[in-house]
Amino acid sequence: MMVKLKIDNFDVEVESGTSILDAARKVHIDIPTLCKHPDVDPSAGCGMCIVKVGGRILRSCCTPVAEGMEVVTNDAELQETRKTVLELILSNHPNYCLKCARSGQCELQDLAMRFGVDHDEIRKILAPTEIDESTQAIVLDPAKCIVCGRCVDICQNQQNVWALSYQNRGLATKITGANDADLANTPCIKCGQCAAHCPTGAIVEYDETQKVWDMLKDKELFTVVQIAPAVRVALGEEFGYDFGENLTGKIYAALRRIGFNKVFDTNFGADLTIIEEASEFVRRFSEKDNLPMFTSCCPAWVDYVEKYYPENISNLSTCKSPHQMVGAVAKTYYAQKAGVSPDKMRVISIMPCTAKKWEAHRHETMSSSGYQDVDVVLTTRELAKMIRQAGINFKGLPEEVADNPLGEYSGAATIFGVTGGVMTAALRTAYFYITGQELGMLNFAEIDGLDGIKAAEVDINGTKIRIAVVNGVGNVEEVMSAIREAATNGEELPYHFVEVMACRGGCIAGGGQPKVMMHGLPKPWGINDEIRKLRSKGLNDEDEEAKNRLSHHNKSIKQVYDEFLGKAGEGKAHELLHTKYRQRDLYK
Amino acid sequence: MVETSQAAQIANKWRKKRGSLIMALHEIQDVKGYVDWQDAVDVSLCMGIPLARIYEVLTFYNFFKLEAPGKAVISVCTGTACYLKGNDKVLEKFKAELGINEGESTPDRMFHLQSVRCVGCCGLAPVCVVNGKTYGRMTPDMVPQILEEWRQAFKEN
Amino acid sequence: MADMDLDKRFDIHEMAKNKQAEIDRFVCSIYCCHSTGCKSSGSDDLIDLMKNFIAEKEAEDKIRIVATGCMGLCAQGPLIRVEIKGKKDVLFKRLDKESVAEIMNDYVWPAINTQGDFLVPEKLQEHILSLDLPFFTRQEKVVLQNTGHMDPEDIQEYIARGGYLALEKALKTMTPEQVVAEIKKSGLRGRGGGGFSTGMKWELAAKVPTIDEKFIICNGDEGDPGAYMDRSILEGDPHAVIEGMMIAAYAIGATEGWFYVRAEYPLAVERLEKAIKACKKNRLLGNNIMGTDFCFNVDIRLGAGAFVCGEETALIHSIEGARGTPRPRPPYPTNKGLWGKPSCVNNVETLANVAKILLKGADWFASFGTETSKGTKVFALTGQVEHSGLIEVPMGTTINEIVNEIGGGVPNGKKLKAVQTGGPSGGVIPKEYMDMPVCYEELKKVGSIMGSGGMIVMDDTSDMVSIAKFYLDFTVDESCGKCAPCRIGGKQMLSLLDKINKGKGTKKDLAQLRKIASAMQKASLCGLGQTAPNPVLSTLKFYEDEYQSKLVDNKKAAGEN
Ligand SMILES: Cc1cc2nc3c(=O)[nH]c(=O)nc-3n(C[C@H](O)[C@H](O)[C@H](O)COP(=O)(O)O)c2cc1C
Ligand code: SF4
Ligand code: SF4
Ligand code: SF4
Ligand code: SF4
Ligand code: SF4
Ligand code: SF4
Ligand code: SF4
Ligand code: SF4
Ligand code: FES
Ligand code: FES
Ligand code: FES
Repeated sequence: MMVKLKIDNFDVEVESGTSILDAARKVHIDIPTLCKHPDVDPSAGCGMCIVKVGGRILRSCCTPVAEGMEVVTNDAELQETRKTVLELILSNHPNYCLKCARSGQCELQDLAMRFGVDHDEIRKILAPTEIDESTQAIVLDPAKCIVCGRCVDICQNQQNVWALSYQNRGLATKITGANDADLANTPCIKCGQCAAHCPTGAIVEYDETQKVWDMLKDKELFTVVQIAPAVRVALGEEFGYDFGENLTGKIYAALRRIGFNKVFDTNFGADLTIIEEASEFVRRFSEKDNLPMFTSCCPAWVDYVEKYYPENISNLSTCKSPHQMVGAVAKTYYAQKAGVSPDKMRVISIMPCTAKKWEAHRHETMSSSGYQDVDVVLTTRELAKMIRQAGINFKGLPEEVADNPLGEYSGAATIFGVTGGVMTAALRTAYFYITGQELGMLNFAEIDGLDGIKAAEVDINGTKIRIAVVNGVGNVEEVMSAIREAATNGEELPYHFVEVMACRGGCIAGGGQPKVMMHGLPKPWGINDEIRKLRSKGLNDEDEEAKNRLSHHNKSIKQVYDEFLGKAGEGKAHELLHTKYRQRDLYK
Repeated sequence: MVETSQAAQIANKWRKKRGSLIMALHEIQDVKGYVDWQDAVDVSLCMGIPLARIYEVLTFYNFFKLEAPGKAVISVCTGTACYLKGNDKVLEKFKAELGINEGESTPDRMFHLQSVRCVGCCGLAPVCVVNGKTYGRMTPDMVPQILEEWRQAFKEN
Repeated sequence: MADMDLDKRFDIHEMAKNKQAEIDRFVCSIYCCHSTGCKSSGSDDLIDLMKNFIAEKEAEDKIRIVATGCMGLCAQGPLIRVEIKGKKDVLFKRLDKESVAEIMNDYVWPAINTQGDFLVPEKLQEHILSLDLPFFTRQEKVVLQNTGHMDPEDIQEYIARGGYLALEKALKTMTPEQVVAEIKKSGLRGRGGGGFSTGMKWELAAKVPTIDEKFIICNGDEGDPGAYMDRSILEGDPHAVIEGMMIAAYAIGATEGWFYVRAEYPLAVERLEKAIKACKKNRLLGNNIMGTDFCFNVDIRLGAGAFVCGEETALIHSIEGARGTPRPRPPYPTNKGLWGKPSCVNNVETLANVAKILLKGADWFASFGTETSKGTKVFALTGQVEHSGLIEVPMGTTINEIVNEIGGGVPNGKKLKAVQTGGPSGGVIPKEYMDMPVCYEELKKVGSIMGSGGMIVMDDTSDMVSIAKFYLDFTVDESCGKCAPCRIGGKQMLSLLDKINKGKGTKKDLAQLRKIASAMQKASLCGLGQTAPNPVLSTLKFYEDEYQSKLVDNKKAAGEN
């Protein structure tokens, strides 16, 4: 149903249920907001978005429009009230902009500029706080927190992890773990979605750029870098490119200029993963061994299973994630080939993800080469910082290609970064393994898009394989219950193969991705479904245009198996490319 | 499942009823005087409520104590009637005599001092309550006497 | 309509008749206040003593002891009212074991054994509280009709006094629409502070279809520190509230009722629990109540020390087992409340009015009060007033009548300075406005509110800046912390007030105080933050000189240091 109303004397017609805030955006009025985010239930906490309706002051972010409503979004009283509220918020916020990871991309700083704040109008009240770096994946600085509640809603209601919570009340309200536990001692899975949604610098990635600079400086060391699929369609946002623009070639060029000795691609690892995972699935499916099989390339999901579903640990694929495979192969096969001593080699992964920082040391098997296979994981945002620090004019860079052999990849690898991609890529190869023929239609429409749970049945020569694709780890409960129920009732399994990505939309919307303001467009900054769609499109387009869209046709992969790994899932391949799991306590 | 702890038993009793987290926490505090980490963990397991939520609740409501308080809980009323009749001075006197602040216990765990908003005896204002015993028409001079009375009471037991 | 005879299980008329006959057999009834105030000044012991006396004299069929709810004059407690057939009722105050023993030996016992008048002996005169005091005669008891006159723990007494007749009337002779119409016509407005029309709220709630469940919630959180109306009602007449809730449930189609009572009220909870048990036992709760199709059950949930949980959406979160933080409305609880189901929230006193309205009619109720504020209102009269206690007066009674006549004026030769209503959300009313009638509209005009019924009297020694600071201190303590204007604004206002109060404030601080107050009123999410500045703004309005005289700039100008 459509509703007609007037906003500042402009006629607007919007779907009923739309908020006044969104309706105002239709007529190009950008009401200031601080707590509202489209991914999150309105907390109505900040009080910046107030408007007047019939003389009454209301919050526009959480008040739905009504027929015939007359809204005033801006008058002297509203202006002054908003400014005072902002001054109040700033009176409880340290002036740390010069030393803040979010400076320049911070919604609070932006509002301060917008309102022309040029001094501390109200005396500061700042309680002593401690920074929580315990996870070494994300950093929580309570001093910068404005208690908007976005992270809590994400962590509790959407991710269903319940690591973050509100503790105490009033001005003492603090966002932290239960009983003020450090995040590393909570169920936190390091997905970083809290950081992706925080309007300020209160939750950011754990910055390891200096570690990498130190490695680059050390001439004894041989540095190898790789970029994840999702990085290529997001990094450009930091340098003024459109959302979803694929800049693989420029990123390679930037990495060389930063000084890495070799530039590889995690996509190579994704193809490798498919070879291993498709073989594993074909075997497990035929032997009915621990079905359904769950994908394992999302470390946040792995962590979640280890904590919340320990009884399902054996359902996880034992395959490492792509960048870990690249790390293991780099420090063994490639080190030998290039004549580099693996103890002098450093592997740096550029990932859209904060959980990968944890993954690099999550288990002994992550050091299968005899050394930690991946030494440092940087997020896309950290790479952008390094490019700036190096003084590289990103826009002016030429397009380069990756180094071989760990740089070649198929279209199937690229789509790893978007929900449904791993499943699609695996099915393409599994089909070939089972039938000896190539799949006709390369995509599965049922598992495309942002629905939390997508299911399909795939016919492989008369064998029906039931698959589910979950994005947003909070959606997994439903799938797990269905599986558990079928098992207890002795019924047939609802699924044989399940892909889970902890972040809504997959890695393209990972916790380490850019959070850039869409210039000229209304807030919020960073992730939302529009951006998810654009970044996904960037990856899907590359797949569609790729000459080779099948992992098992990647020639370098074949070469590595022939020259070094042997047979998928066995011997050296198993030793280097597979991992183990253990139950983890929710609280330490 | 946790079987035997007192907290677990209480939580199990309440788990099937709706809207009962706060009731279960009340009951635990009633029997042991506070709700500690292990109690909260037991409640979490028995009632299927995330621990983070339980601590959100425990730290939001003034009523809940996370640690064992002193043996004698002194509640000084700071409701309007008592305030107007000078209970702020009585509170100050307790603080001075015990050397602790509101919400704290003495190091010997003998006394716990807290201020409460109206204990329902405004007619007797200003009012203090020690372990359920009400002292009406308080003056700061009465403070040492009351403390002595409770010290004696504990000595006798 | 089901025929009454169809339900043989329980007949309230019969129970009323039997109970009344039983009561009438006694020559003497002694009512002893057994509410929180008097209990803590020792009424338990007095009851034991009297019971022993009766046992000793083997007078069990002559004298009965009734432990009652609050008689209103808690400051004079413990109180006892002695009613002997053929003799004037006598009220005794400030009792202890000795004086009660004397009352029994030297008044009650000889009096019941004497024909004609029997005077209270001289030595007991100091304990007599005249029932002719305006404190008693000027009140109009509708809600408090039963409190102090019966044992709240005995459902039969309630029924003997006409209890559950209104429920029977509603269930058996009225449609839900008629019940709503009657309440709407009465003009009853919510006593929880908002003053919203109860009939209208019920109409809205009734309109929302009951898909599987619909709830009626009784708000007994009463967080205002200095107000104890709801506590006294729950302690003194719990069945009246339950009956009101049941009628509301019938009217709006609710399937289940919830009492949310603050944890600081253990006695109220205990009495409520007993009353609910008695109802269940007598089939007044459960399935097919009074033989009709009406099925209804209730449960109790406790608060845990958070004033903001009186706000209806916070209260709902609290029952759900979460932090008691308010949420934006709409959606209103009547559409989306407890567990997302339609829920109607009503205050204790509001519900306590309902049965009386149905029995005596909307017109009778509307005959009390003013044009827009109907009925009576219970107030907790405290502070610097001679008779502090619980009173009930028709809406529109003037402050002067309440403070000086009923309350007996300011004691100790001091003069009245102001009256505070509405607790931490309200404001002060200076003595110049003493002839103002107390009703929703008038109070608003001077910058205060009716609130839930706290009325605090201040004498001319009161320092208004400290009073304002006292209230603000409270709201800052109780801010849930969800929204920035209240979370930070309250604290900032408090530190400015503190600075001014210590004589260190400047004119700029005063201006900033006003500016933050205004932003808090306009941009806070819930009533707590929106009204928290009221005590400051209203004292500023009437007593700005008291603030000014503390400012550094002015002190300098006046030659002070
Ligand atoms: C901060 C705050 C505290 C409140 N406290 C109470 C309370 O203690 N008791 C109450 O009945 N209503 C209280 N209310 C009002 C309730 O939100 C609600 O309006 C009321 O319970 C509705 O009942 P009524 O219509 O019968 O008054 C409070 C409101 C606010 C904003
Ligand atoms: S969070 Fe924003 S406003 Fe705060 S210090 Fe960082 S950049 Fe500045
Ligand atoms: S913007 Fe302000 S704080 Fe930042 S560097 Fe410039 S002067 Fe310093
Ligand atoms: S990283 Fe993920 S799990 Fe950890 S606190 Fe943030 S949202 Fe919660
Ligand atoms: S940490 Fe960030 S997202 Fe979370 S409440 Fe604070 S400001 Fe909001
Ligand atoms: S799991 Fe995410 S980060 Fe890892 S390779 Fe796949 S797309 Fe890249
Ligand atoms: S979905 Fe991708 S970005 Fe998100 S946690 Fe998993 S691997 Fe990391
Ligand atoms: S209820 Fe009791 S404590 Fe509260 S104001 Fe009244 S007399 Fe004081
Ligand atoms: S106004 Fe105060 S109490 Fe109300 S929601 Fe905001 S912070 Fe909480
Ligand atoms: S209250 Fe609406 S954006 Fe914060
Ligand atoms: S204000 Fe102290 S007992 Fe009520
Ligand atoms: S408590 Fe006894 S008269 Fe009020």
